[in-house]
Parts: sequence; structure tokens; C-alpha cells
Amino acid sequence: MQRTIRVYRFNPQTDQAPRFDTFTIEVGDTWTVLDALNEIKWHRDGTLTYRRSCRHGICGSCAMMINGRNDLACEKQLSAIKGVITIEPLKEFPVVRDLMVGQEDFFEKLRLIKPWLIRHEAPPTDKERLQSPEDRAVLDGTWECILCGACTSSCPAFWDNQGFLGPAALLKAFRYVGDTRDEGLEARLGILDSKIGVWRCHTIFNCVEACPKALNPTDAILKLRRRLLREKL
Amino acid sequence: MKLEVIHHKHDVIVVGAGIAGLYAALKTSGEVDTAVLSKIYPTRSHSGAAQGGCAASLGNMMEDHWEWHLYDTVRGSDFLGDQDAQELLVRDAAPVIYEMEHLGVPFDRTPAGRIAQRPFGGHFGNFGKSEMMRSCYAADRSGHAQLHCLYEQCLKNEVRFYDEFFAVSLVMKDGSCRGVVAWDIRNGGLHVFHAKAVMIASGGYARCWKITSNAMANTGDGLALVMRQNLPLEDMEFVQFHPTGLWREGILVSEAARGEGGYLVNDKGERFMERYAKAKMELAPRDVVSRAEQSEINEGRGIGGQDAIHLDLRHLGREKILHLLPQVRELALKFIGRDMITEPIPIQPTAHYSMGGIPTDLDTRVLSGTGKESVPGLYASGECACVSVHGANRLGTNSTLECAVFGRRGGLKMLDFVRGLERHGELPEDAAGPARAQIEGLLATAGRKGVRPVELRETMQKSMTDNVAVYRTAEGLQKQVAICAELRAKFREVSLDDGGAYANTELIEALELGHMLDYAYMIARCALERTECRGAHWRTDHPGRNDQEWLKHTLAWLEGDAIRIDYKPVVITRHQPEERKY
Repeated sequence: MQRTIRVYRFNPQTDQAPRFDTFTIEVGDTWTVLDALNEIKWHRDGTLTYRRSCRHGICGSCAMMINGRNDLACEKQLSAIKGVITIEPLKEFPVVRDLMVGQEDFFEKLRLIKPWLIRHEAPPTDKERLQSPEDRAVLDGTWECILCGACTSSCPAFWDNQGFLGPAALLKAFRYVGDTRDEGLEARLGILDSKIGVWRCHTIFNCVEACPKALNPTDAILKLRRRLLREKL
Repeated sequence: MKLEVIHHKHDVIVVGAGIAGLYAALKTSGEVDTAVLSKIYPTRSHSGAAQGGCAASLGNMMEDHWEWHLYDTVRGSDFLGDQDAQELLVRDAAPVIYEMEHLGVPFDRTPAGRIAQRPFGGHFGNFGKSEMMRSCYAADRSGHAQLHCLYEQCLKNEVRFYDEFFAVSLVMKDGSCRGVVAWDIRNGGLHVFHAKAVMIASGGYARCWKITSNAMANTGDGLALVMRQNLPLEDMEFVQFHPTGLWREGILVSEAARGEGGYLVNDKGERFMERYAKAKMELAPRDVVSRAEQSEINEGRGIGGQDAIHLDLRHLGREKILHLLPQVRELALKFIGRDMITEPIPIQPTAHYSMGGIPTDLDTRVLSGTGKESVPGLYASGECACVSVHGANRLGTNSTLECAVFGRRGGLKMLDFVRGLERHGELPEDAAGPARAQIEGLLATAGRKGVRPVELRETMQKSMTDNVAVYRTAEGLQKQVAICAELRAKFREVSLDDGGAYANTELIEALELGHMLDYAYMIARCALERTECRGAHWRTDHPGRNDQEWLKHTLAWLEGDAIRIDYKPVVITRHQPEERKY
């Protein structure tokens, strides 16, 4: 079966402005968007540029905008899309080339929330710390984040102010603040409570819609707000 | 085009940012100047795809001892693993798991709050006699949990990350490793990284097969860098086929699916494992289960007469599947549109894990030959290395364990080594020369009407899947050696579309192809030489394990277009080879 794919193209080193290239290709029944991109790159135009690795939705390399919606190219089945397929880079991330975007800032924001366990006492030497299954369950829906950027790129508050930490970094913040083994709320208070922190979220839930792993960053942000309010009282 | 060269200096350079590389970097950072080079962002590393867990005899669910874990690992390796390394692996397992818990890995928990453990293939109690729950897990995303935690710890320790830097060659002088030359993928440009110690932790390399569970990044770059220095690789014929790859996709469906009680069923609806491993059934080691599946398929009992077997989880019930195997269910839903709660899914053996690799000693130092001599300043750990804990067949959940134990240990050993060196060793003249020649050569092909890289890559992948499979014959392997030799020759005629230095991923794919062709050639040749059946290497034309002639490790050198083979003995301490029955 033939499908038509429109791909965003831009090489800031050589191009004056972005353009769309259209390719009509023969595709297989079970092909994903990534299969289509590979077909184009390998057989038609080797200059097409995008990231990919695991091809089953765990590495987070291939988040991009597919017909206006953020998705992982490796998971998105062509059969689930009707008509012409338009592929663009993640919105509001700087374009490196074509579908490859700069993620330094995205990872820098992750670093800012101190994504590591903060403890005041040394752990026991020859055994694990205890944590009840109920306490551990609080982390479900947070630690599975693959840092693909689909949420942050879909966030209107981020579009409005790219200083905003964004849903991915804040989800990670809750993954640690919500961990009963962690004592780092105070250490993270400055950044979470700052003008680039939790209060900038407009609870529009775009991030929830965009997350390919069905996680809920907005919920995590609301929980962080409650923890912050309690802490400040 | 004349490429500019930029110089950097660090004490330790780690190539690769999976569990092994990050654990090594975590141990040296804060103490000495440490940098990690990775061709993909660290969190994209394929360690993150490990699903089922990490083995350790914690005994949280039932009595367990490292001696039992050792016995299982030795037997699982079909007696080809080095037992001194295997003992180190299983004895360090518990402290390393505890350390990872302390670092923050969100392991699942028992009602008492301890780390929860689950059953896994090949792991038993009381020297193979009883059931065992030994795998420490975080749902079926255990590798993801470990990878992210270690990355975040490295951020805390201010490790210097060079993201999207592709290692092109090692810098050697007077027989020692002095650094790495890498290509900045994003901006273009050659970078010489001058170091006191270099660790290769570049991961697995089963991308040279068509049906594979491996990520597209798993192209064995570290192996190629080492073999191109006239250094040997070890036991390359041993590549494990995982029994449950999604049919036609090869994507991994975790062994946890069987650990939690899943059935394998043929076209007649039979749980056929009864005929191959009556006692352990679906929980026999992977090599045994993959062969059973392949036999069913070959004898016409594949699903619908095709090369597929059914994995059936329905009897586990909705709640257990959703809680313990959420990712497995999601994969089947997304890729083949089937819900494992209500339907079985088609699977097939998929090229998965490479037991062989860069030979190292117990301290992860890269060995230069059949003896104990190592290359000063050069280390390797994780799947790219062969210390040899897995021998001829790896047990599930021993891989992320190896990465953690030997990545950590390698970090500590590098720290000792680096502290003992007053200054960096001298660089050779024009350290970037060989890398420059390679890259300039490829870029200069742009626009020529040569061979498209994809033609060679697909021929290699398909032929490897056909000829270097679960069952192997001299005929198929001879054919494959010839195919690989021809593809290597044709690689000189490859041409690119993209001749620019900036963000040129076509260039990277071509470099990766060159790497794959070199080691695929070696895999086929080593498999041809070994005329016996052991672990994952099964020669239908040479039935049976042959300890008299073949209880030894293969070492292979690439010398121009030829391969030289030699052997070295297996280290046997506690367990003498015995018949392997499950």
C-alpha cells in the first residue's frame, strides 16, 4: 500500500527557511512512522535527519509531532493515521536539523530539580532500606518517564515561557519528593517554588494528552503544590 | 574537506552510558576528572530496555545462597564461563543490589518492605533442585529504573557528559591506551580525548541480525575499535536467542512473562516444553527454550504453520498482568494489536544477548592475548566485554547484574590505576589521523553513484538470521563467512547522499555498518570453527557437547581480511562439567 508522508526539513547551516518534502512510499501492514522515516532515509534521501534507537518506546529518542500530535515515531502505527502523514519536530525545542531537536535545555532542567535521592543519614551497610508496597506504589506513574520531551513540548506554559521547568522535570521532582526514602523537599523548595517552578503550570493537561507512556505530570505538579503549601504553612 | 581537531583532557573516559558505563563513571567521579562519551543521550541506552530484573541471592522470598546462584550460573553457561569471574559476580550481587537501592532504584517491595524478588529461567534453589525467586525487579521496567537512577547519580556527581559523540578510534602508544578520538555528531568535528584510563562500555551488538531484540544503536562500536588495534575478541560465536521476541519484529517480550507463569503453546495447543524440559518447563534456560521453539516450528507445529509460537498469559488474570507485566502488555497492544489479557500472542526466537566480546580479566582490564597480559589504560565492562561470566549461555537477570557488578568494579580499579599515574601518557603524533582518514573518506563519497549502505546492511542482517541462527551447520556458516567477506569488500564502494559534517546521521550509520561487518564476519567464522553444541551455539552437524576438545574459549584476531583463531582454557574452580538437564 502507498502512503504519502510530508516531512519538515531544515538545516540551519545551509537553508534560509524550513520547508516540507513530500514522499510517496510503499509501506507494510504493520509499519510505524519510524519504519516510514527509515525507508525514506535509507532508500530515497540519506540527508533526512532524526533520532531513533530502541524502536519499542522505551528509550525516548524519537518523540516528534505527527499530524499535530506529539508521539513516539517507533510506536505510532501508520494504519492508525488517515490520509497524508505530516511529521514535524517537537514544538518549541530548537531545531538542530529536520526532526532532530536540541535537548540540552530539557536535560538541564532535569538537573535543576536535583533528580537524586537526598538523605541526611547514611544507609545501612549490608541491607536495603525498608519501604512498604503502599509507599512504593506512590511512585508508580512517575519513575516510568522516558524523558522523550513530548509533554514539555506540548505545554502552553512552556511555549509562553521557556524558562519554565516543564512537566517532565516536575514529574521527576515528584518521583523523588514523593519517595518515602527521600528527605530533599527543602533542598528542592527554592527551585520548585520559584517563578519557573510548579506555579507556572496552567493545568491545561496537554502533557497528559501528549505522554506516550500514559503518565500524568499535571497530577504530579498538583501534588507538589500541595506539598509546598504544607511546607510553607 | 580538512577537518579541524579539538583536544580535551580528562583522567577517565568512559565510552558508553548504559548501566556498566554509568556505574564506572559514578565510582571515579568526585575522585578524579571523569567524562562519559555516548553516541546517544545516556537515558536512551539499551540497558533501559532490560525488563525482568537483576539477580541476587538476597533470600527475601525464600532461602537462597550465592553458592546456589553460582551453581545455576555455571550450569547455565554450559560450563564455558570462568568460575572465578562467576563467583565474583554472584558474591557481589547482594551488596551491589543494596547499593542500588540506597542510590534510589525504585524496586518493588515485599509486604515487609524488603526488595521483592521473582522467579526467572535457569535460577533454582538448592543446586537445581527447587524453585527460586531471585530476580530483584521494578515491574517489567527494571533496566529503565536502574539506568535512570545511575544517570541521575552521575549528574549529582558532576560527571562531564559528551552527549552524541561517536567514538571512532582508540589512541594507542607503546602498547598503552592514551585516549579516544570521537566525532561530534551534532556539530561535526573531530575531538581527541586524552585520558589516563579508557573504559569501553558500548553494550550489546546483535544489530547485525534481522530478527533481533536489540536497539538500532547496538552496533558493537566498542568491539570494532578494539579489534582494529590488532587485539582479540573472545567467544564471538556465542550469541543468545531469546525465546520470546515479538513475531517478525524481534522486539523483546520479557522472560518475566514466563517467570510469572506464562505458557508456551504450539499450533496444536500443546505446552510443548514438556517434551524438552519436563521438570523446568517454560523456566528452562533460554538456549533450551529457543531450541524447543525452533524444533516445533521446523517440524511444522508453528502457529498456522508459520515461524511463530504462542505465548499465553490469559490464565494469570487481568490484575497480575496489569501490575507485574504492564510493559509487556503495552508492547503487544501497540505493535500487534493484541491484548494479552484476552489473547495469546505470537512470538519467535530473537537474537538478543552477546556472551562474547572484548576479553578482560577480573578487574575489567582488556587482555591482549591468550595469557594474563593486559593493555595498560584500557578497560571494558558490560555486554561488550567478556570476562566471561555467561560462557555459552546467559541466564536471565544476570546481564544487568554483570553491568552493575563489573561496571562498578571497573570504576574502582580505574580509580586505583589513575591515582598511581603522575601524569597523562604522551599522545602519538597525529592521534586523530586514522579517524580523520575514515571520516573524510566516507564524506568524500557523497554524490557518487556507489552502493547504498542499506543494501549491504540488509543483506548482512538477513543472511545472519538465516545462517547463524538457533541451529547451525557448517554449510550455512561457510556461506555466511563468504557473504560477510564479500560485504566487507563492497563496503569500499559505499557512497553517501550527505557530504556535510553537520548533524550527519547518514555518516554515523555508515560507520556503524563498517563496525558490524567486521564483527559479524568474526562471529560467523568463530561459529564455523567450533564443531560442537554448547549453550547458545548448536551445530546440528556436530551433535553433543565435546568437553575433550572444546572446553576452551575462542580468541579471534582480525588481520586485514583474514581472521586468526586461538584458544585459551576455561577457569574451573568448584564445579566440574556435568550433563546439563532441565
